[in-house]
Amino acid sequence: MLRKILSSKAFVIVFCFFWVDAVFAEADHWQMNMFKGVTSVSRDMYNLHMIAMLVCAIIGMVVFGIMIYSLIHHRKSKGYQAAKFHDNTRLEIVWTLIPFLILLGLAFPATRTLIKLDNVDQSQITIKVVGSQWKWEYFYLDEGLHFYSNLATPFDQIQNKQPKDSNYLLSVDKEIVVPVDKKIRFLVTSRDVIHSWWVPELGIKRDAMPGFMYEAWARIEKPGIYRGQCTELCGVGHAYMPIVVRAVSMEEYQQWVSQQLAEEKSWKEQQNNLTSQKTKTRDELMKLGQEKYNMVCSACHQPNGTGIPPMYPALKGSSIAVGHPIDRHINMLLIGSPGSAMQSYADMLSNEEIAAIITYVRNAWENNTNDIVQPLDIAKLRVETNKKPTVVEKINVGGLK
Amino acid sequence: MNPDMTASLDHDHGPEQGKGFIGLAKRWLFTTNHKDIGTLYLLLALFNFFLAGGMGLLMRAELFQPGHRFIDPNFYNQMTTLHGLIMLFGVIMPAFTGMANWQVPLMIGAPDMALPRLNNWSFWLLPFAFILLLSTTLQAGGAPNFGWTMYAPLSTKYAPPSTDFLIFSVHMMGISSIMGSINIVATILNMRAPGLTMMKLPMFCWTWLVTAFLLIAIMPVLAGAVTMMLADRHFGTSFFDAAGGGDPVLFQHIFWFFGHPEVYVLVLPAFGVISEVIPTFSHKRLFGYNFMVYATCCIALLSFIVWAHHMFTTGIPLGAELFFMYATMLISVPTGIKVFNWASTMFRGSMTFETPMLFAVAFVFMFTFGGFTGLMLSLVPADYQYQDTYFVVAHFHYVLVPGVVFALFAGTYYWLPKWTGHMYNERWGKIHFWLSTISVNVLFMPMHFLGLAGMPRRIPDYAVQFTNFNMIISIGGFIFGLSQLIFAWNVIRTIRGGPKVDAQVWEGAHGLEWTLPSPPPYHSFTTPPHIH
Repeated sequence: MLRKILSSKAFVIVFCFFWVDAVFAEADHWQMNMFKGVTSVSRDMYNLHMIAMLVCAIIGMVVFGIMIYSLIHHRKSKGYQAAKFHDNTRLEIVWTLIPFLILLGLAFPATRTLIKLDNVDQSQITIKVVGSQWKWEYFYLDEGLHFYSNLATPFDQIQNKQPKDSNYLLSVDKEIVVPVDKKIRFLVTSRDVIHSWWVPELGIKRDAMPGFMYEAWARIEKPGIYRGQCTELCGVGHAYMPIVVRAVSMEEYQQWVSQQLAEEKSWKEQQNNLTSQKTKTRDELMKLGQEKYNMVCSACHQPNGTGIPPMYPALKGSSIAVGHPIDRHINMLLIGSPGSAMQSYADMLSNEEIAAIITYVRNAWENNTNDIVQPLDIAKLRVETNKKPTVVEKINVGGLK
Repeated sequence: MNPDMTASLDHDHGPEQGKGFIGLAKRWLFTTNHKDIGTLYLLLALFNFFLAGGMGLLMRAELFQPGHRFIDPNFYNQMTTLHGLIMLFGVIMPAFTGMANWQVPLMIGAPDMALPRLNNWSFWLLPFAFILLLSTTLQAGGAPNFGWTMYAPLSTKYAPPSTDFLIFSVHMMGISSIMGSINIVATILNMRAPGLTMMKLPMFCWTWLVTAFLLIAIMPVLAGAVTMMLADRHFGTSFFDAAGGGDPVLFQHIFWFFGHPEVYVLVLPAFGVISEVIPTFSHKRLFGYNFMVYATCCIALLSFIVWAHHMFTTGIPLGAELFFMYATMLISVPTGIKVFNWASTMFRGSMTFETPMLFAVAFVFMFTFGGFTGLMLSLVPADYQYQDTYFVVAHFHYVLVPGVVFALFAGTYYWLPKWTGHMYNERWGKIHFWLSTISVNVLFMPMHFLGLAGMPRRIPDYAVQFTNFNMIISIGGFIFGLSQLIFAWNVIRTIRGGPKVDAQVWEGAHGLEWTLPSPPPYHSFTTPPHIH
């Protein structure tokens, strides 16, 4: 009976399924199987997945085979007389023990892989990954580098006003660059709610817990670009915080680091320089403002400025967005509102971008204040903010109202 | 409710409460009869099935193509939350409680449930709990939008104000479940006909007995979890907030200590239904009754020590991961025993394929398939790739839809002639079966592929390479959803009329319920039946 099933067509078909991924590897629009990945850990995961699937397929063929056999032959309509047996202790013990032994066989490779991927010793590079609503932030702890990585897909593509490109929702403005063949340790944490940092091809999925830090590691074997997404529901923008990792050679990596450090330094200087801020026209500000608003603010405050009150206040007609002094509005972006989802955007947006967003908000959706805010206004407040310690509103942080 | 519909149910000597609408309302509001309450539970479940199913279809409509189409992300998140909560607490649990109400007294030879007034109360809490839950959709900030798992701090510090209504609603559902469970335990332990020993109890009663104990154990844990949420939200505590010395993972531990046994609360009664249906239509006794009972108890006990397998990626220590992986793998042993026993019951039987049997056979195939992916998910390293992707969505929908919901269909078609005294329309029953079975696979099978290819769950928009499978899934979803209208129509038509059936209904059926006329008298067994 068993031999009959093993030699049957069904067996061949199910086996073909395991080779299907090779056939479909190019056409990823029909990808049906797990990524093999580019780290030894991800390959172990893949192999374990395939072994488990094979074991399940074999058990399934035996059990389903017997069932299908009796469904076909043991029918009343064929005049089959029901047998009288209804008990067999020996058989019961056999089919308790056999699955148990199969499970033991699966537990060994699973345990081995798990112990391996738990070992973060002797890592050569450490990158801290911080999730927040709804972007990732990276700290290269050894190099002192820090930047944000935001979704780069234009708002118009999400709204179906532009054709979607091939990396729709999977591209970021600043990808993280790592060297190949080095053991990289990732420290994952969060600023607000739980996120999860997942790059399938690296074999890493680590939940980002606010207030706690957990580790994962990867040794990437192949240069390339690897994409992933947040995999823990983290609010309205959960679908919009992708991860892009670019693996390069060590030389390229070092070059990139020094270039980034220089850029970061000049960016900071530029933002805090009161003499070199450009003056923009209203149209320029409104155009850039709308674009940036839709990308950064609209998830909470909505594209039409109505927000989702009471969690995310409306900007249309809000006292901060139309009232004076405008400094209050600017500080809302520079400092944020600690203890709420409104975070500080000082390190994420340039003076020009903040000025544009504020000008846009103050003039869009019947907020017609006619106010124009220039990058210099932002720079002034930024310098002032740098001088004084950050104000923490204790009452908000504690959650007591 | 249409008086015609109820006419067949209270034709014996239902307690009249006056004429007209007031009389009808009072009759159903005050009823303490196990059949009336069973009917109410089942109708509530049927209503909620379409409500929560509609929410599922809204999500599928949004996911038909990438890009923002019909509903915005915040509303999408509200739909994920409500779809999950209502399907679990408003469809599967009440439906099985309804079946238990109808069947347990009939199967053990009792006149009614042990605690009829408690029975009335445990039902009538539910409609109000769901009104409360649904009212959140109309509130400022919208309904809760953090998924049915309610992970803190998204459900505490960052949640809409309507979350408090959800918390209170969960409390009410919990009280209702606990009372219903106490009633079932009391009935099965105390009201069995003389000579009906525990090891002669029908499997449906056994699985429900174990389920009831599970519910009594876990519902207070859920109540505790949501109360801690409430305290974090309003009373300045920091159970789940690291800034005050708490830990967000604590919530997950407490929630899944409830949540995993809850999975078996949903599935054990389904095992019971299948263990009744398959022997009847195989014309052969259930194979390995004793082992089926042991396996049920074994699953229930193991279900308490596997909860952290929902949390493998949260950073729990290696030792804990290993323990929970082994414990989870172990659960497939008793579950396997069940599947093997069903297969052996069918083996060398003399099978006929009426609608209940069709659904039961489909259950065994597809539930086992869901079990296989469950085994794969238990392997921690592989789970790192599956966790929180569509692979998980596929896994638990396979277990719950072609698994548990199909068992509900099988049970309904199986016992409906007994309950109403009318035969359902077999032809439409078979059409319902084939449409459901094909579309449910079109709906959930490609989700495995999406998950493996990297699509996270609970996202309202996705990368373009996932488009093909998502389209297929949505089409399957709409066909599946619409085919359920056939079921509702068939059930309502059967309640209102149809060919009369005798007491036996099914040729191969055994058990006390088949010794009573169809429909059974209002006070099922007024004298205890004789057990051979």
